[in-house]
Parts: sequence; structure tokens; C-alpha cells
Amino acid sequence: MNEGTTPGGFAQRLLGLNAWLVFLFFYAPIVLLIVFSFNDNNNVGIWTEASFRWYGEMFQDDRVMGALRNSLVVALFATIVSTVLGTMLAIALERYRFRGRGTLDGIAYLPIIIPDVTMAVMLLIFFFQAFGILDDLLGINLTSGLLTITLAHIAFCISFVAVVVRARLSQLDSSLEEAAADLYANRWQAFRKVTLPLIAPGVAGGALLALTLSLDDVVVTQFVSGAGSTTLPVYVFGLVRRGVTPLINAVSTVMLVASMVLVAISLGFQRGAEARGQRLADPEALLEEISATES
Amino acid sequence: MTVSEIPPTPPPGTPPPPPPGRPISKPETAEPVTPELEAASRRAEARRGFFIALPSFIYLVLLFVVPLLLVFVYSFATRDATGQTVLEGWNLDSYRRLFSAEVLEIFLRSLLLATVTTAICLALSYPFAFYIATRGPRVRNILLVLVMIPFWSNFLVRTYAWRVILGSEGPLSQISQALGGEPFRLLFTNVAVLIGLVYGFMPFMVLPLYAALERMDWHLVEAARDLYADGWTAFRKVTLPLSMPGVVAGSILVFIPSLGAYVTPALLGGARTVLMGDYIVSQFLAARNWPFGSALSFAVMFVMLVATIFYFRAGAKTL
Repeated sequence: MNEGTTPGGFAQRLLGLNAWLVFLFFYAPIVLLIVFSFNDNNNVGIWTEASFRWYGEMFQDDRVMGALRNSLVVALFATIVSTVLGTMLAIALERYRFRGRGTLDGIAYLPIIIPDVTMAVMLLIFFFQAFGILDDLLGINLTSGLLTITLAHIAFCISFVAVVVRARLSQLDSSLEEAAADLYANRWQAFRKVTLPLIAPGVAGGALLALTLSLDDVVVTQFVSGAGSTTLPVYVFGLVRRGVTPLINAVSTVMLVASMVLVAISLGFQRGAEARGQRLADPEALLEEISATES
Repeated sequence: MTVSEIPPTPPPGTPPPPPPGRPISKPETAEPVTPELEAASRRAEARRGFFIALPSFIYLVLLFVVPLLLVFVYSFATRDATGQTVLEGWNLDSYRRLFSAEVLEIFLRSLLLATVTTAICLALSYPFAFYIATRGPRVRNILLVLVMIPFWSNFLVRTYAWRVILGSEGPLSQISQALGGEPFRLLFTNVAVLIGLVYGFMPFMVLPLYAALERMDWHLVEAARDLYADGWTAFRKVTLPLSMPGVVAGSILVFIPSLGAYVTPALLGGARTVLMGDYIVSQFLAARNWPFGSALSFAVMFVMLVATIFYFRAGAKTL
């Protein structure tokens, strides 16, 4: 940046002030919530002394722990399936031309723009109808539960994974893949040895996004979960609607810290990817690395 | 890839991507290839692409397109005496009810809150994104991480935090009482919902704005200054038009979820602040009027579509 392109002294100070106020706005509620979760008092607003009391109660609360277990199981399966499907979708859309590609492209983006309330309504009616048909035709009696939650999460995660992986794929030079083909790599080898390592940061980013979305979802899950199959956010949501308790503060803090750990991991992946990208951009360093691995 | 490039949500209706590169493994051969062979290989390539896409295609059709059509069908259905939806006696009653005073009031309130939320987010985020984009690379990356953290943090928890803050036992209320004032009565009002919406969706505005400003060619601003434009004119004539794609994308990303918001009004709003999102939910979970709820969902989707198209047109005109 150069003198003359950025605003001068007074405007600059105003911009700086605005930035600090926005950061205060972003972080004050989060910090406050974390601080209050260590409050010993039964009353959320009255500070008595710091303690881990509510964390202790949280770990002994069977319903919280059950909901947490459900959340983790759903998120694990939803992430794995949607990452595989989303990555395949991204590769097909970005690297191939086939009939129906345009339609698929549109369908793939829709779950991202549609509000979650609508998505929830759609899936509620869908599972209701599907269960009815299965019962009539095959006599299978299914009810909503962890399976329906997982299926619903996969439905909205695929699109997000596909978008992230696609962003990465579009930055890649497809000539690298062609070079592999010229060197007699078959399709699978070219994918495994060239494409996959190059898009790995995108795939990891997509997987983390899917994990976050699955762990955070309230609305869709609330609609497709059955009795006894709540996830942690749905359980907390139900509690919060009835009122604020210190126990919720503790559970919320754990959820916040979990998301922050995920951000940290995701940023770590990107750092690694950037470093690798720079090595690729620097032929001498790359040559050195290759000779080092060969010797 | 820099931090800003984890696309949390891509701008909706992203323009179609550039034509895809050559299929992965069509080797470039120097020898002339017969047209038949080339056509055959292209067909094989297309088939391969289709099969790679097929699992996701089936999944999305089954769990997205079919459900969407089902909602459409349900919106014309009737209910029996027990309130169960029956798929016969198709009618337009649910759509007629959309124009009742009750629904219009809720709809206008949602529209107003979503518009004000978008405006506030834009007003706060533009200078904020501008500030970040004009820092040196090191500071910029740190600031970006600080924006990403709330963005990835649990939405429910972030909204809940405001319930604690604005509550009658919350810190604001205590400060006001300590100063001899009244206990705070902001929770369960439109203002509380507005604060929650701005807080919840503002990162969606900051990131596209930042991306647009960061990509910008700042030499153009320099050129404008060289041509004796003052700072404000240069901003208005160069920076602002060039960052328009970010403004459009950010506004859509804030407006759409605000219009359909459910968690925020449910936690921070009261009986008199019902928005479209919680109204739809109540039709399904409380009133059990599925046909009417389906019609409401379609109406909301329609408004979003129109708003998105309109906004894109307007954004394109300013470019």
C-alpha cells in the first residue's frame, strides 16, 4: 500500500476506532459467557466466586452426556459420507463435461441458499412420507432417530464440501494431471499421486466445515429427530427456551471451545498447504527436496 | 490459499464457473487422431464424469429435490377433522391465507428486520473490512483469524450469550440498576432480535467485503488521485464500484438467513416479535397445519429468490 491510496489521519483513526469497536462487539459476549460459566452461584447474573462446579454437574448429567454422544456419532458419520460424496461431486463438476452437468450444478448450490427452516420442513415431510411408504410396501416400521438426523445432515453438508473442494480444484493447474498421464500414470494413479495430495487441504477444509455444520445444527435436527434422539444443540436449545441456567453456560463454553479447536485445526491445515504451495512455486527448493528424498 | 479463502458459504447464485479444464487424462498427442476416436474418447470421458457425480446426484435428488416437490404438493392439501394432512381435496386455501392480516404483519416485520439487519451489517462491516484490507500482510492475517473465530463458533451459543447479557439479571441490567436506573427491559423485544441478528450474521458480510477489497487493484485509486480526485471522490468513483461484488454477495448472505431466522427470534424475541422463521416452525411443531406451513415456506423462498435476483441486477448495474 502506498501513500495517497489510503485515507489520511483523521479518517484513518475513525476506521481504527470502528475496527476495535467491532472486535469488542464480536468478542465481549463470548468472553462474558466463558467467565460466567465459572461462576459458583445458582443465579447466572450474581457473581460469587470462581469454581468448576457447573462443569462437574455437566459431566454427571446423563441427558447432557447422552446428547453429546449422539451429536458426536451423527457428526462423525455425516462428515465422512458428505466429504467423500462432496469431493466426488466437486471433481465431476470441475473436471468433466457430461449431460446433466448444468442441472446438477444448480441442485448442488441450492441447499446452501435455502434457509434452514425450509430445509427442515422439507425433510420432515419427506421422512414422514418415506416411512409411510416403507410401512405400506414392506411392512418395515421405521421412526425418526439418529439415522434420519445423519441422513439429513449429509444432505446439506455435501454442497458445502463440494464448494470448498471445488474452490481448491479451480486454482490447480490441470496440466499437472496431464503431465502425470503423459508419464504413463493410469487414471487412479494420477488421482492418488497428483490430484488428491494437491486438493487435500480443500478436502480437509470441507470436512471440517461439514463437521462444524453438523455439530451446530439446531433447526433441521429438531425436525427430524425422534423421541430420545436429541443432539446436544437441540437439547441446549430446549433448555434455553425455558430459561438461563449456569449449567447451560458451562455446556455452551464447551461447545465454543470445541468450535475454536476446529478453527485452529483448519488454519493449521491451510498454513501447511500454503507452505507446500510456496515450495511448488520455487523450483530450486523443489529440486532440493526431491534430491533429498531420493538419496 | 489465504485465510479468507475458506469459503464458509459461497455467494448464492455464483455465476457459472469457467468452462472446466481439459478432462483429466486426455493425453495430448502430437499424432493426428481420427475424429471417431476422439468422439469415442470424449464420450467415455463424459460417462466417467457422470458416474463420479452419480452418488451425490442420487442423494441430492432423493433428499433435496423430492422433499422440495413434496412441500409444494403439501401446500395444496387439506386437513381432516383431527388436523392430519390428507393428500386430496386440493385447494388454494393455504395460499389465500398468506394474505390475511396476521401473516402480512409477521411478513412485514420479518422483511423490515432483515432489511435493517442487512443495512447495519453493511454500515459496520464496510469500514471494518476496509481497515483490515489496508493493513500490512502480517497484521491482516491476524485480524482475519480474529474474524474467523466467531464465524466458526456455534451460532446457538453466540445467540444464547445475548440472552444472558440482555436478561433482567444480566450485566447490563445490573449496571443500570447500580446507577440507580430501572432494570433493563430489552430482552423479548424487536431490538433484542435485531441485535441478535446483526451479531449472528455480520461475519457473512465482513468476509465477502474483505475478499472484494483485498482483490482490488489499488493502483486504480492511485491513478484517480494522480488525476486530482480528492480522497472521498476517489473512494466513491473507484473503490466503492470495484467492491460492489462484495457488497452484493455480503448483503444476500445476511438478508436471506435473517429473513428465515428461527433460532434468534426464538431465544431473544417474545410473543409480539414472531418472525417468518418461527411462524413456519410453529405451524409444523405446534399448530400441526402442514399445508399452511408448506405454503409459507414456499412464499419465503419465492421472496428470497426475487430479492436475490433484484439485488444481483442492481449490483450489476453499478459495475
